[in-house]
Formats: sequence, structure tokens, C-alpha cells
Amino acid sequence: MKIVVAIKQVPSRDSQLKVNSAGTWIEDGDLTWEINEPDAYALEAGLQLKEKHGGEVVALCAGPESASQTIREALAKGADRAIHIEMGTAATADPLGLARMLAKALESEKPDLILTGLQSDDLGYGQTGVILAEVMGLPHATIIMDVEASDSSIKVKRELEDGWFQYVEMPLPALLTIQSGATRLRYATLMGIKKAKTKEVRKVAASDLGSDAAGSIQLERIYMPERTKNSQIFDGPPKEAAAKLVEKLRFEARVL
Amino acid sequence: MSGVLVVVEQRDGTLHKSALEGVVAGQKIGAELNLPVFAAVLGSGIEATAQTLAGYKLAKIHAVDHELLKDYTPDGYTLALQQLITRHQPKFVLFAHTYQTRDYAPKLATALDRVLVSDAISFKVSGDSIVLVRQLFQGKINADVRFTGDAPYFASIQAGAFRADAIEAGSAAVEKTTPDLKPEQIRTKPLELFRESQRAVDLTAAQIIVSVGRGIKEPENIPVVQKLADALGAELAASRPICDNGWLPMERQVGSSGQTVAPKLYVAVGISGAIQHLVGMKGSKTIVAINKDPEAPIFEVADYGIVGDLFEVVPAIIDALGK
Repeated sequence: MKIVVAIKQVPSRDSQLKVNSAGTWIEDGDLTWEINEPDAYALEAGLQLKEKHGGEVVALCAGPESASQTIREALAKGADRAIHIEMGTAATADPLGLARMLAKALESEKPDLILTGLQSDDLGYGQTGVILAEVMGLPHATIIMDVEASDSSIKVKRELEDGWFQYVEMPLPALLTIQSGATRLRYATLMGIKKAKTKEVRKVAASDLGSDAAGSIQLERIYMPERTKNSQIFDGPPKEAAAKLVEKLRFEARVL
Repeated sequence: MSGVLVVVEQRDGTLHKSALEGVVAGQKIGAELNLPVFAAVLGSGIEATAQTLAGYKLAKIHAVDHELLKDYTPDGYTLALQQLITRHQPKFVLFAHTYQTRDYAPKLATALDRVLVSDAISFKVSGDSIVLVRQLFQGKINADVRFTGDAPYFASIQAGAFRADAIEAGSAAVEKTTPDLKPEQIRTKPLELFRESQRAVDLTAAQIIVSVGRGIKEPENIPVVQKLADALGAELAASRPICDNGWLPMERQVGSSGQTVAPKLYVAVGISGAIQHLVGMKGSKTIVAINKDPEAPIFEVADYGIVGDLFEVVPAIIDALGK
């Protein structure tokens, strides 16, 4: 089974974010980066399927030079090779433009299964996987907890709302977006890290794949949200803050 | 191109709990831009369900009816709506941002060479169009997103962004329409829906809930917040990562994939406040947030907050409660 896992590099989860002066994107010069968490679960799902059914896992990542680190980590965890679409930033691309680039980069690959996280922690459109399926003419399912594969089809466990689930069957090739947390993530072994250095990373220039903007929506401005609720925030020593909070809950909110 | 089309989600004849919020968003956009608002309900034998919308201010309700739409599939819904949109040429197509919308609305927009603006929280009028506000970085930053190029423009609306009780009454006729669908066009086969366990804990009945998130770091630390719950006479709940890790059972999860609660007091401990959690608790009467990150989105919905280390703050609260 040939499995492509589309991964994205995003700012670390606890980053203190600042909007740049033009209001076009965050100031990302000093940030630390990590794999988009849902994509880490997609990679894990891909590696587990390979262990069960054999085949190959190919990591696919669009991003700047710094994304090489995330690609190396995917290789160290067990991906067999990678495709790096080199671009200034993938962060602000619109999801249709980006999906078209990913589809083009995969033209020669003919995967049986494409996996990706259900959404990115930066833009959070939650669309790239679904759009990629449509662009490539593949059936898909989203928010997947578990995948059972046979030769030419898969049965997946899809999460619905309010604690409901549903199994869905579909033929291969297909695309799935993977839910976070359904399984445990592995760590890269020392051997894995060593091996990763020798694994193939095919680099493709974004400019060879067409535009990353489909020209249908435009991210016009970003800004820190205004607080809509009049929150009372207590800081200072924990003891004082706690005393103030309990007093407010007793005598102002009157919920105790 | 004219009008606003709102796609109204149903399952087995029951409207989705956010469905009417989408209609309200449509009515507000329609009122601002002076456009008629239409609704579409998809299913098999769906006219009676469509009729439940007849008392609202809508220009028409399309009952998109086909036996192949009995169970939701992304292929069936996309093809049916593509035909409806091509025929009626709405300027805007709106959805409530549900799991089902996430599954097919991006595909539908792509099939029509457009991009869906997903999970919008509000809109601003700009000339004869709108700019949508959506959240980035899990609620830490907002963005204005503008439609460019030609209509139709697709957007999905976050749960809770509009109030269902603000819906405008009126009267609307149901028009049945049968899309052209063939069984071989539907590639995925949906099977039965199921729940994994009977819920032993009904969080929705709790008056006070203490909820714990990633900030607790280790399962060994859960007793720290359990003690606070005991001191308040509260039920203990959690955000998704805690339940995924098995630190607390799934039945104690609050959020879009868990339970939706509205107690008189909700204390969020070490929860950053990803939108998937917020939609499950932001209706609580009083919300307290304890988090070390002053920029955490949970403070956006909190009435009271303490910025600090939960391992110092929580014991201090327990002390203060005893006084």
C-alpha cells in the first residue's frame, strides 16, 4: 500500500504570537516550529497501516526551508521518503490553491491512500484534505478515528458530533482526514534519526506547480481579537487572587 | 446572481441543533444587503421536515428530495447542491459549521471553482458584499477574509456565533425538487451510526463543573482538580486531550465531540479554550478560567480569570473556600 501523508509545519502550540505591522501575518522570525498536531496523528495512522499491510509512506510538505526540520522528523519516525514543495510560506496560501499544488506534486506518485490531519493549527480552514480529494477525483471521509484496509477498499470509523460514530466504506484510492488523539504517537528512535539523514527528499519549487492562490478569497487583515466579555482577571500572588475570586463568586456572581 | 441560500442540516427528520443559527446568519446578511433568503433541506421524503421551516421569514424552502439522499454522503450532497446552485444562482451559500459541513462543503465549493470561508464568527458589510471574520491559531488571532472574483460565495458559520432565538418569523412555501443522481456516482457507503458507551455521567445536569485540560500535564495530577471539584460539590469534566489520553473517561468530555453543558458555574483549569471546547461550555452562567497563558482564548469567554500556575492557584482556591 502506498500512503502519502500531507503534513504542515506550524508555530509551536505555546508560542506568544504577534501580528506584523502590516497586519498581513504574524511575526514569525523568532518562533519555534513543530508539526501540525493533527498531521502527526495522520502520520502515525499511515505508519501503522504500513506496518500491517506493507508498502511505503511518503511525507508531503509545502513550506519554507525551515519545514525541512519537520520533514526530517517525519522521516525519523518512519516515513520512507518525502516531497518538499519549497515556497516562501504556506501559511497564508488559500486552501484550493495549495491543494492544486499538492495534487500536481503527486501526479507521478499514484498513491493508494492519502492521509492528512483534520485541520491546521494556524489557519484552521479544515479544508485542504477534502479539497485535495476533489481536485484529484478521489472519494474521501473526514475526522477519522480508525482505518481498516483490505486490497481494494477501506472501512473507516468516522467521528460525528455528540459522541456518535459511523463506519464508512469506500474504494481505494481515497483520501482521509485524521482526528487527533485516536492513537498514541510514537517517538523517533535514535536509529530512526540516523536513518532519516540518508532518506530521499524530493524538492519541488512551488513556482513549477502553479499559483498558490485560487483567487476566490483573500486574507485581508489579521489582528488580535477584542475581548467581547468584560472579564475580571486577577493576578498577583495565588493566595490573594484565589481569595478575590472566591469572594466574587460568593457575593457578586452568587454561584456558591 | 442574487439571494442568500442557507443549507439546513437534518438527520432522520430532525434539524441539527445549529441549523437555525445558519438561517439567522442568512437573514441578517439578507437584511443588510437587501437580498431574499432561501433555505435548502436535503434528504429522502424530506418535505415534512422542510415544512418545519415554513414559519420563518424565507423567500422559499427547497426540499431537495431523492432516495439516494436518504443517508448523508459527500458525493450525493455535493452533486445535489451543485445542481441547485447552478439553477438558482445564489450570491451567497451559507452553512452551519457542523462536522457534516466540514465533510462536504469544501468539496462543493471546489466543484464550483470557489473557496469556502469556513468557521466564520461574524460578518461586516462591505459595499454590496461582506467581509467575514474568522479565527486563526485556535482563537488567538482574528482574520478578515474577503470574497474576490465572481459569486457564488460560500461560508460556514461557527456554532453559537448567531443566536437561534433571533430568527425572524414569516411564512414560506416549500418547493420540492428532485436532483439528477445515479447510484454509481456515490462512491462511499455509509453504515449504521453508533455510540460507544452508554453515558453513566450526565454532565448536563450538574450545577457546578470543574473541567481540566492539558495544563494538568500528568495523569498523576488529576487529584489536584478532583479536590477542587469536591470542595465545590462539582462534577469533574475535561477537554478532549485528557479523555483521549485515557486520564478521564470519554463520558466526562465537554466540547463539540463530547457533551454540551451550561451549568451555573464552570471552572476551566489548564484549558486553553480551543473552539471545539468553547462551543460545549460557553453557555455557562458564570465561567472561571485558570491558565498560565494570559493570551489563552479561554479568557475571552471567562467572567473571572486567574493568570497563574494551576498547581499553586488551585490549592489556594480550595483554602479560600474553606474560610
